[in-house]
Amino acid sequence: MSIQEIYDAVLEYEEEDVAELVQAEVDAGTDIEKILNEGLISALDVVGEKFSAGTLFVPEMLMAAEAVQAGLEIVRPLLVDKGAKAIGTVVLGTVKGDLHDIGKNLVGMMFEGAGFKLIDLGTDVDPEEFISAAQENDADLILLSGLLTTSMPEMEKAVAAIRKANENRNLNVKTMVGGPPVNAEFAAKIGADGYSIDAPTAVDDARAFMAAGI
Amino acid sequence: MMDSAAGNPSTLVICCGAIANEIVTIIRANGWDHMKVECLPAKLHNQPDALPEGVRAKIRSGRARGEEVIVLYSDCGTGGAMARVLEEEGVENIGGSHCYEVFTGSEPFKALMEDEPGSFFVTDFLARHFEKLVFNGLGLDRFPKLRDVYFGKYRRMVYLVQRENAENLARAEAAADSIGLDLEVRHTGYGGFQKFLETK
Ligand code: B12
Repeated sequence: MSIQEIYDAVLEYEEEDVAELVQAEVDAGTDIEKILNEGLISALDVVGEKFSAGTLFVPEMLMAAEAVQAGLEIVRPLLVDKGAKAIGTVVLGTVKGDLHDIGKNLVGMMFEGAGFKLIDLGTDVDPEEFISAAQENDADLILLSGLLTTSMPEMEKAVAAIRKANENRNLNVKTMVGGPPVNAEFAAKIGADGYSIDAPTAVDDARAFMAAGI
Repeated sequence: MMDSAAGNPSTLVICCGAIANEIVTIIRANGWDHMKVECLPAKLHNQPDALPEGVRAKIRSGRARGEEVIVLYSDCGTGGAMARVLEEEGVENIGGSHCYEVFTGSEPFKALMEDEPGSFFVTDFLARHFEKLVFNGLGLDRFPKLRDVYFGKYRRMVYLVQRENAENLARAEAAADSIGLDLEVRHTGYGGFQKFLETK
């Protein structure tokens, strides 16, 4: 039994094995963060790299993500119990009219893995839902995902509404957009605070936001 | 390459393999012998990044042969990159987000999505090739458990019919069934593609 086996099981898409192995490590008293980072998230990193390099495709990546998710389910409540202090709170969702959520879910997993508190609003999310979730949870960052061309104007609307709420509804939250149709230029044009090409970069960028003391 | 008709075509129509059949049918039915069709592979759907430059290369080789060029690509998930290439090359843009929207028309498409955001669309082409392109393409043959990961939030399959055909309808029914969705059928004909070509 070892962390390596968790890592391997993720790469073999063995969801049930991952859950069992993670539970066994937890029972054996292994450090939760070690299980998370060295077992689950580092495997997901490799999958992400292969996906970007075009050597692994959506179905395989999803199978690996499902396996990581099964491990996360076990680890998540323990992190909360441990009182591990989140390094920040993020609200995440796919914008209105768009039901694509594979990329969004990966982003969510990476943020959770990195120690952020995650509020995932799912898909087809209204600007107002983003704003109230950010208010209720005192969020630092709102992450907006979109895969459809029609999601671009929806992102623009959401970012504008969030900025307005920052001005006059006592909110102080940054926005980051992502998904294949958008880029840094678009993010700047609609007034979003950030754009990242993929989930690991998004986490790094969010860490930088936090360090800059937003 | 598919020549639509004999003779010496002077106009090159560039489109996606997923609509080639329909475009050739429109051209033949109207006797537009000056048009010929070339397409990029339908599977590039899933790598939209490769589309704009692929289209640019086809535009340039057509022009190098002295042909007029018509492009029947919408944005197709390129985040505006297709529109930029068309503008740079001086080619008229058919507009729209994707072929589903061009078949139905923009307002009806919007209405369909507002009515049910969980709509998944198929055309004659996708109904015929659903198993290979969508089902197996998404890996559902290898990993059946992914069905709900992909389609869990979808409520209906909308079959946009270009040409009535009992076999295609049966395939669309089987397709909807295989991913656990209800089927709704809408007759669109060739929609915006027919209209756009008529102006040429
Ligand atoms: C899988 C897929 C589907 C699945 C979605 C399942 C699901 N639960 O999400 C299914 C089959 C259901 C589907 C449906 C449709 N799809 Co689709 N789909 C895709 C496909 C092939 C892959 C998307 C994907 O999941 N990639 C894998 C993930 C991991 O990558 P990603 O999303 O890019 O995410 C990464 C980054 O972008 C980034 N990221 C993502 N979000 C965020 C957010 C933030 C804040 C940050 C920082 C980063 C970030 O990080 C992620 C990981 O590193 C794309 C084509 C493509 N290659 O993009 C088409 C595509 C997006 N779909 C498309 C279309 C048209 C549709 C349909 C309309 C088709 C139809 N026949 O009805 C419907 C949508 C209907 C609706 N109601 O929304 C088009 C969009 C075209 C357009 N002009 O808008 C595309 C581009 C394909 C195409 N060229 O036709 N689709």
